[in-house]
Amino acid sequence: MGIEIQGINKNFGDFVALDDINLSIPTGRLTALLGPSGGGKSTLLRIIAGLESADSGVVEIEGIDATHLPAQKRNVGFVFQHYAAFKHMSVAKNIAFGLEIRKKPKAEIAAKVDELLKLVHLSQFAHRLPSQLSGGQRQRMALARALAIEPTVLLLDEPFGALDAKVRKELRDWLRRLHDEVHVTTVFVTHDQEEALEVADTIVVINEGRIEQVGSPDDLYDKPASEFVLSFLGPVTRLRGELVRPHDIFLSRSEIPSAVAGTISRFTRIGFEARFDVTPADGSEPVIVEMTRNEALSEDLKPGDAVWLKHVTGIPATR
Amino acid sequence: MTFETPTEPGTARRTRRARSANSLTRSSGLGLGIALTWFSLLVLIPLALIVIQSIDGGWETFRLTLTNPQTVSALRLTVEQSLIVTLINVVMGTLIAWVLVRDDFPGKQLLEVVIDIPFALPTIVAGLVLLSLYGPTSPLGINVANTERSVFLALLFVTLPFIARTVQPVLLELDRDVEEAAASLGASRFVTLRRIILPALAPAIAAGAALSFARGISEYGSLVLLSGNLPNKTEVASVRILTYIENGNEAAAASVAVLLLLVALLAITILQIITSRVARRG
Amino acid sequence: MASSRVQPKTAGTYVRRVIVIAYLFFLVVWPVSLVVKHTFDGGFGNITTALSDPVVTDALRLTVYVAIWAVVINTVFGIGVSLLLVRYEFPGRSVLSALIDLPLAVSPVVVGLALLLAYGGTNGLFGPFLNSIGFQVAFATPGIILATAFVSLPLVIRELVPTLQEIGTDQEQAARSLGAGPWATFRRITLPSIKWALVYGVVLSLARSLGEFGAVKVISGNIAQQTQTATLVVEQKYQDFEQETAYATSFLLTLIAIAALVVITILRPKDKSDGN
Repeated sequence: MGIEIQGINKNFGDFVALDDINLSIPTGRLTALLGPSGGGKSTLLRIIAGLESADSGVVEIEGIDATHLPAQKRNVGFVFQHYAAFKHMSVAKNIAFGLEIRKKPKAEIAAKVDELLKLVHLSQFAHRLPSQLSGGQRQRMALARALAIEPTVLLLDEPFGALDAKVRKELRDWLRRLHDEVHVTTVFVTHDQEEALEVADTIVVINEGRIEQVGSPDDLYDKPASEFVLSFLGPVTRLRGELVRPHDIFLSRSEIPSAVAGTISRFTRIGFEARFDVTPADGSEPVIVEMTRNEALSEDLKPGDAVWLKHVTGIPATR
Repeated sequence: MTFETPTEPGTARRTRRARSANSLTRSSGLGLGIALTWFSLLVLIPLALIVIQSIDGGWETFRLTLTNPQTVSALRLTVEQSLIVTLINVVMGTLIAWVLVRDDFPGKQLLEVVIDIPFALPTIVAGLVLLSLYGPTSPLGINVANTERSVFLALLFVTLPFIARTVQPVLLELDRDVEEAAASLGASRFVTLRRIILPALAPAIAAGAALSFARGISEYGSLVLLSGNLPNKTEVASVRILTYIENGNEAAAASVAVLLLLVALLAITILQIITSRVARRG
Repeated sequence: MASSRVQPKTAGTYVRRVIVIAYLFFLVVWPVSLVVKHTFDGGFGNITTALSDPVVTDALRLTVYVAIWAVVINTVFGIGVSLLLVRYEFPGRSVLSALIDLPLAVSPVVVGLALLLAYGGTNGLFGPFLNSIGFQVAFATPGIILATAFVSLPLVIRELVPTLQEIGTDQEQAARSLGAGPWATFRRITLPSIKWALVYGVVLSLARSLGEFGAVKVISGNIAQQTQTATLVVEQKYQDFEQETAYATSFLLTLIAIAALVVITILRPKDKSDGN
């Protein structure tokens, strides 16, 4: 159940947007489609919504074959990056639109709109035009509009992409809490790994039209299936030719057997984080090591010091 | 040629750019003075003289002129035909804009030129052009010369670009996301057209219609050769004014001209109201 | 992403396309092509006959002379007013901005009458005074220039105002901060950015100026070889049963109009014609 996607292919001319995609998206969960721009994640979302049709393959939504259903009949809520507000309608009218299409009784529509306005904290703006709202408010309106039709699935295409960093973070937390209240099957597209890690129950990493990995945020972070996933989900550096996370490197002032010897060439502090560039003794590319400010201070490390580096995966992260 | 509803200076883009207008400096003040003097000498004073002349002739001249059966008939014909033509333009102009924006086929660029021809062609030539297909020597066997239909046809020709060209840029700017949002909320193509697209285009259509109507009632050149200017039959308001001028009756000419001037003022007022409304909608 | 959103073509797409093409064909393309055909009915004979008629050549010369004057006046006035409207704040600005469009909506005959009331030699408001200092306006070339400038007045401004708003003042302020004076700023920063809009407006004004008929007819007196412009010749020749000459002159005017349109279509920014 949920959303079942089998063998989806989509080409735009010569460009392969999606290549044999198979995916199960569980009911009631919050799933992120994560990947770089142009990787095919938005196309997949639009195919689920029926806004784009696949060249081949099957889309099932809650057990119903939706492959050939037009967008109008799928009962999906869709939220666009640039809000897609109906500019000539008030906020309340925007939210009521889908219900009016469904010819619900007036009183029921009014009640539902009221409830949604409260949910998205826009009650006092009900009679404003979208142009009188901020970006974040517009996106909340768009979300309420999509939720009004009680969609089987809620799809969000880079919903916070057009907003500035602070509003983005607020809306992200708010979406997580909203989902805990509403429990509708939700899929959102993002290219921001932090956003995906923070909000999603499940992350689907998509690159160059293919699924790289599916898993919980912890799975993906701790057991990446490929170098691509590892590097896309967080900072990486190379130690002895291996790709590792800078904070997974143990740095010691005393010699450790089989560790990489080197010299600290640079020290940078970014808030509570400390970052060292260590040039290995064999002269290869500098290795980046990260630790907390306190660790760095207690060791009194400074440029020119000789150090030994060792990868510490598998060691519990309780240091 | 775009008849884009001009964004009222300063209001439309104010949201995007910080207010950049300055108060006048000495040199720009001088420039404004010169510009206003020229604009007054060329446009404002001459047009004001029409109003003065029509009042000067006294209420009696005004009443007599506007109850003259020939004048009444000319005014009725002008208004009737302009209304019909504007209604057709509302439909056809919107359709033309739609095809230009949403469709794609070889030769579309050519249509862009064709639509502007009525605007760029001298009106007297426009009359001649229509006469060659719809006149006595018509290869189609349709002869509208010297009939009411000739007025209709001439107005249809000269007002062709107005609505198409005001709607086109708005349709281009219209976000495709908005239509997709409507579709995902369950709206059919027809409902999306009626409730989302047309309301978004309505201000542009109205602005184009105002221009089209104003142009229609003021048309003269294209009718000269085509309509025959038959009193009580194909004579329009502008021709009536010209007849009064040629008879040396400037007061009567001014009485009719004042009516046309009022409609022109009404048209640009509507245009201005629509523009500021749209600017507010953002 | 969502790179290509090609609207699928439905039956309706083709129906709309056919309706529009047919409508434009019967209303514009066919009639215009008939004028061309009539002109060349006997080879180039009609054109050469027309061009050897001094009434026609004098009229063409006057038309070009008048059009150039009108365009120059409107260009200078247009640039000035556009800058004032967009860059400055003054009382009555929005009223001026609205009134600028008035000439588009006023009947050419009303324009002619208005100018006659102001500049008529005997009854006009300014006419007798101007006559007394030896400057005849009505029924002379200055009157024709005034009428032509009147009807094509808004065209440059309508192109410049949106462009000036679009480019904003950032670049101008940058230039000023680098020490450029107002004139240098205008010539080296503003003018290059509005260049194409200006050319576009000028071409439009030129086409409109060459083709004005009604207003000129009233104010010029329509005296052959003196105050008769090309469009007035077309009317006269047609009514005098010299239809070949009328067609040939019309053809020349049509040619200029279409050439202007082609220039405009080429100049039109591409993003305006091929969607988002």
